[in-house]
Amino acid sequence: MPEIALTAWQILIVKVLVILMVVPMGAIVGGYAEHKVMAHLQHRLGPMYPGGFHGWATTLADGIKFLYKEDIIPDAADKRVFSLAPAAIMVPIIMIYLVIPMDESLVIEDLDVGIFYLLAISSVSTIGVLMAGWSSANKYALIGALRSAAQLIAYELPVVLSAAAVAMLAGSLSLVDIVRAQDWMFILWPPGLGLALFLVFVTGAIAEMTRVPFDMPIAESEIITGPFTEYTGMRYIFSHMFAEMGHLIAFGGIGATLFLGGFQPIVPWEPLEVIPGIVWFLLKTFFMIFLFLWIRPTFPRVREDQLQKFAWKFLIPLSLVLILLTGAWVLYV
Amino acid sequence: MAVTEDRGLADTNIDGVRDSSDVAAEVSSGKLMTEEMILNVGPQHPATHGVFRLLATIDGEVLVDADPIIGYMHRGYEKLVEARDYRQITNLVSRMDWLSGINNEIPLHIALETLMEIEVPPRAQYLRVAMLEMNRIINHLMFFASFGAELGAITPAFYAFREREDIQFALEMATGGRMHFGFFRPGGLKEDVPRGFFAQALKGVRQVIDRLPDYENLLIGNEIFKQRTVNVGVLPTDVAYNYGVSGPIARGSDITFDVRKDEPYLVYDQFDFDVCSAPHGDCFDRFWVLLHEVVESAKIVEQAIEGMPSGPIMGKVPRVVQAPEGEVYVRTENSLGELGMYLVSDGDRRPYRLKIRTPSYNNVSALPYVLKNTFVADMIAILGSFFFVLGDIDR
Repeated sequence: MPEIALTAWQILIVKVLVILMVVPMGAIVGGYAEHKVMAHLQHRLGPMYPGGFHGWATTLADGIKFLYKEDIIPDAADKRVFSLAPAAIMVPIIMIYLVIPMDESLVIEDLDVGIFYLLAISSVSTIGVLMAGWSSANKYALIGALRSAAQLIAYELPVVLSAAAVAMLAGSLSLVDIVRAQDWMFILWPPGLGLALFLVFVTGAIAEMTRVPFDMPIAESEIITGPFTEYTGMRYIFSHMFAEMGHLIAFGGIGATLFLGGFQPIVPWEPLEVIPGIVWFLLKTFFMIFLFLWIRPTFPRVREDQLQKFAWKFLIPLSLVLILLTGAWVLYV
Repeated sequence: MAVTEDRGLADTNIDGVRDSSDVAAEVSSGKLMTEEMILNVGPQHPATHGVFRLLATIDGEVLVDADPIIGYMHRGYEKLVEARDYRQITNLVSRMDWLSGINNEIPLHIALETLMEIEVPPRAQYLRVAMLEMNRIINHLMFFASFGAELGAITPAFYAFREREDIQFALEMATGGRMHFGFFRPGGLKEDVPRGFFAQALKGVRQVIDRLPDYENLLIGNEIFKQRTVNVGVLPTDVAYNYGVSGPIARGSDITFDVRKDEPYLVYDQFDFDVCSAPHGDCFDRFWVLLHEVVESAKIVEQAIEGMPSGPIMGKVPRVVQAPEGEVYVRTENSLGELGMYLVSDGDRRPYRLKIRTPSYNNVSALPYVLKNTFVADMIAILGSFFFVLGDIDR
């Protein structure tokens, strides 16, 4: 294979293009997966016609439909903030993908503080949600935005704490190093502790993505679509659909990286190593996404005050205890 | 609808905005300063099942006050029926509570039969009971579905609709309709049921009885569901009495009143069924009653079909349906509560006056009481557990 020499600028452009492709493509695939997984969990077929085979083109068609919709900005809205909000939501989500290692060397930027960056950037998009809710001049949007912010503050902590425990186990903040440290996936080893951390992480991640059962901010039977009530067309796609799917896939990737051993085989066994790392990574990410999709049709929605109580009185103390146990494990085992 | 209770807005002016003295008092008492906001829930809102408006005063997540505003769907049925003859009215009244169409038709027919002194043959009576109860099952499963969906559980809706379909199909076989059946006639039925109807109906109701435990596990047994409904939206027994609440909602508040049992019409006194009731009056109890009534209805359908007499399905009815002068009040147990019709006839082919007492109208009047000082999220649970149909409120 001839060596292709690229300048730093060219590499940067390629990387940017790849990242920019991931979210929309992922949203299309993820949206279809969501349709189908939910349908089959509910004794129905889901979309069957668009595209011919099992309705594969449904989300594509949906996207094209949204492209043609009128872009309505309400008269009373703060127009500049209202138009900027979808970008403020989308950009941080796209930036999450920068540090997720898909293979040993297949990572856009292997930051030394990867996990720190990851957790910081994944909560920035809430500012966009607040912008959207506040500028819409709609009371439902306002309620939704405030719920969203409150929820982020409450559930960011368990996610951070469980990720911190992982960093302690791996002894590094770099995501590639964290994956390398997992000869056995962290969910299996240390026994029990890893699983508990994983469950805390999944709960917090679901809440941060505002998915059922923690989807109070966008509860469609109560406050329509929360912060995105007034959005139409492409702005709606960006602020809600792409953001939701982008988040879903990002957290799937993060979960796979932190707890399921990323690009490593599921068990340290020689013959499994012939399978390339990216395959392992994608399999694990899909598993995580399936887990998130599975939870949605299973549970009712938690009320706002119960949601806060659950976070502050149960999840955060639990994750603090887990941090303690992790520390003991790292020190003595 | 005027709120009769204390509105709880004594310290605010009409817009819910405090004046400066209130704010000063609040700051000096060390309370956090918040401002109330008026939120219009509806008339177009997914949780209201139609055009129902709730003028809600909210303080953050707390619903300080709620004022239901109805009338967006008023179609003037009570006046309209005065210009229609009895055959046409049958199909009009079935559009009041569109989820239990056949249940709306029955009081009118009983009223007519009472005035005209028509004897309805037993087969027609049994068939009527079977169909009424099948319709009740369909209606209750619909509310089961929508209540789950309102709490964010999307799956029960699909399960319920799958179960509804078999019963729906049986009714469709006999009547040709899926919502507005129009199968009853003064004196009996339009025609006898087709072959295969009984088998299909039995299949449908037995399936419901079999699968109901699954639903209980899926929704009622869910911890989140319990948290959302237990002790939420409590309607005490005396308040329920005062507002004239009836049906599953009243029975959820420990009122064991069921017209089918207490004042049996048709042949309900010949069947063995229980009146479900629950003591606490919260959303959970209302929902529990609703779900268990499905089983009781299914039992009635089974008994009716097993004991189905043979014979004619039509009594001796004159060629022109024309009620003699007189008046009669008939009350029946609609799916959502007591449906009463007060028919005054001056001997014409049209009613002189038909006053309709619909269950949803009275049930919804208790909403302001229940909604006060709840959370916005509870509002949805309460609206969902009040099982109302807009057409039934506004007529």
